[in-house]
Amino acid sequence: MLKIEGLFLELDGRPILRGLELEVAEGEIHALLGANGTGKSTLAYTIMGLAGYRPQRGRIYFAGQEITDRSVTERARLGITLAWQQPASFEGLTIKEYLEIARQSGGTSPTIAECLELVGLPAANYLARTLNEHLSGGERKRVELAAVLAMNPRLAILDEPDSGIDVLSLADIMEVIRGMNRRGITVLLITHREEFARAAHRASHLCAGRVLKTGEPEEVVRFYKENCKRCDHVNEPELEQLEGQR
Amino acid sequence: MRKAVELDYSKEFAAIARAYEQSGGDAQALRDHRFGSLVVSGNHILGLNKLPGLEIEVEELADGIKAHIEVEPGAIIAQPVHLCFGLLPKEGVQRIISHFKVGPGASVRFLAHCSFPNAVKVQHIMEAEAQIGAGAEMEYNEAHFHGPAGGAEVYPHARIAIAEGGRYRSEFKLIQGMVGRLDIDYEVHLEARATAELLAKVYGKGDDRIRIKDSLYLEGAQARGLVKSRIVLQDRAEAEFAGEAVGAAPFARGHIDCTEILRGTEAKAVAVPKLTVVDERAKLTHEAAIGSIDKKELETLMARGLSEEEAVETVVRGLLR
Repeated sequence: MLKIEGLFLELDGRPILRGLELEVAEGEIHALLGANGTGKSTLAYTIMGLAGYRPQRGRIYFAGQEITDRSVTERARLGITLAWQQPASFEGLTIKEYLEIARQSGGTSPTIAECLELVGLPAANYLARTLNEHLSGGERKRVELAAVLAMNPRLAILDEPDSGIDVLSLADIMEVIRGMNRRGITVLLITHREEFARAAHRASHLCAGRVLKTGEPEEVVRFYKENCKRCDHVNEPELEQLEGQR
Repeated sequence: MRKAVELDYSKEFAAIARAYEQSGGDAQALRDHRFGSLVVSGNHILGLNKLPGLEIEVEELADGIKAHIEVEPGAIIAQPVHLCFGLLPKEGVQRIISHFKVGPGASVRFLAHCSFPNAVKVQHIMEAEAQIGAGAEMEYNEAHFHGPAGGAEVYPHARIAIAEGGRYRSEFKLIQGMVGRLDIDYEVHLEARATAELLAKVYGKGDDRIRIKDSLYLEGAQARGLVKSRIVLQDRAEAEFAGEAVGAAPFARGHIDCTEILRGTEAKAVAVPKLTVVDERAKLTHEAAIGSIDKKELETLMARGLSEEEAVETVVRGLLR
């Protein structure tokens, strides 16, 4: 469904993505595992086509079409969406309005009330609330997942949906993601939490802007634990050494 | 000339009622005796309804009206009091001189709608004073509807004094039609434990000129105040926001919060917060954000399928709500 070839991106003269290759199959939850600063969020923004994240080299294909030069809106209308790690606040916009916007492209998606219930937020308590007031970080992230459900995209890029979530709720969030996937949404799950990666169908390990390993989650997690956590140079790892272990 | 409880169902009333609805008001409330109301077209008093505990005395002037609105001590006016001001001709002046007195422990909420749908050269001048008694509450929401010509000049000036433990909240909204020229000057004096919140939302277009000056004088211990403005500017519109707070008493708290969004390259925004502390135990803060719409907000909406223009409209609509 998603194929990335030789993606190279510099930000402020500094290489962030360095010849990145990645394939995400239709219908899977694909975890992207990596330490802080390895380019995970940058890759998410580049796939979504955000301003300032146009690759200098490489190609992105979605459902057989090249989308490297497409706008954010065009990509969204093709069926790609992104849930930010730190969602925007949107002064004055109610959760109901926000989800209705997402649902405009949602086709046969659940109702907005159902979307909220699916992420563990009682609709009666949340629909009228605004996004910038009285929502905890965890609640805001759940609303973001509800927006993805309402949009019902073909591919959802979830940028660290587990960050800012209390430990007791992590299993709930993973269940929401599995439910999303059962509804036919392919998920690219960005995380640095091993247990989240293990719950995916496949995983890739990102280091210094390149995918070093793709495979069974357990195998990739082991690779990550054995190598990346011992790396002293998060943004400048000894790639050659790691590549020898692929 | 003083008028008793009565309504004038003239064509003029019907016309001003239509304008009232254009500005977001509920014209039925102007005819409903359960609601306190005052309807003024130019300098004509078209409608007036008092309620138990709510006294309204009003007289016509050559270029407007003079009103004394008083809420008896302890009176709780459960339904909002509707104030409808408007001027339907293309040219003219409407001066509203008002004095509000809210007795100790009383509570009242005003919904004021001001309509100038045909304004080519219209001045609307509001000179208001309000005295809010100890432990009393007053809310004043004012929404404007101006026509497309940009010929309105609006000067809402008010001086508000809040006694100990009193509460005041105002919201001024001018987001429909062209602003023309707007010059808001509110000055609020707060005694001990009094609170005030002043909010202004304005959408400037064309050659609109907007000036907002909101001042808080936190003169009593533990007085608290918030001044908040949300301004969106496009075309060649210009705005200046001057929020001022003076912390002159122990544990007084004041905050100035201004957001101005520019659409296009010709609009201009200025924010001038001024904080003065004369008691070391007082604390004042401010935040100002001027610039284009937050990129992440736009891209989030675009990632849900909205076009950039639709995303901008959505963000602006929320900000000015």
